[in-house]
Amino acid sequence: MTEWLQLLLTTVLLIVGGGLMLIAAVGVVRLPDLLMRMHATTKAGTLGAALTVAAVAVHFAEAAVTARAAAIILFIVLTAPVAAHAIGRASYFAGVTLWRGTARDDLRGKYDADSHTLASGLEGEQDPDDQTPSAR
Amino acid sequence: MIELAVDVVFAMICVALGLAFYRLALGPRLPSRVVALELITSLIIGAVAVYAIKSDIEEFLDVAIVTGLLGFMATVGFARYIEKGGPRDD
Repeated sequence: MTEWLQLLLTTVLLIVGGGLMLIAAVGVVRLPDLLMRMHATTKAGTLGAALTVAAVAVHFAEAAVTARAAAIILFIVLTAPVAAHAIGRASYFAGVTLWRGTARDDLRGKYDADSHTLASGLEGEQDPDDQTPSAR
Repeated sequence: MIELAVDVVFAMICVALGLAFYRLALGPRLPSRVVALELITSLIIGAVAVYAIKSDIEEFLDVAIVTGLLGFMATVGFARYIEKGGPRDD
């Protein structure tokens, strides 16, 4: 019974993980601009790789392998958002073109490429508790 | 059952690698290529994990750890390069 369940769980995790990675790859080819492509890679791609590593943990069913697999999954889940944020921020500042149907861009006009500063949009408002002479 | 699943997932990862490489070659600009490269790193982690199951050798998980580390470092390095320097119209 346990053997059978382990086999079934490994197979399901493998198939779902592989399918998610395939979806991520299709998304990276089909989606129109960079930020949308990052949706595909950082969500579907990360989850696909994590599920495949989880399948390894279930397949071997040993403490050492499970610990390493958990470490890999934790590492992937921790680093993928950081890397995506870094790439998204850098490419927006580098002036990547957004899809023509983009309805909302909250950062439009807020970034000064010459001084490399990003305005928060709250510069005009005075904070009564703020004692510093030039609050930014 | 598990052999069939391993082969199917290998085929899926191969197709996904081909699609990601298509985006890597096509561009249009450096940030898109970096995103494709990041996806390729994830796909290689998955392929290594599947090969660990196929070959029944658990040590391949260490390869997956190192690949994940390298991919993260490469992405952060490219992000710094895009943000701080390099030509604006690559």
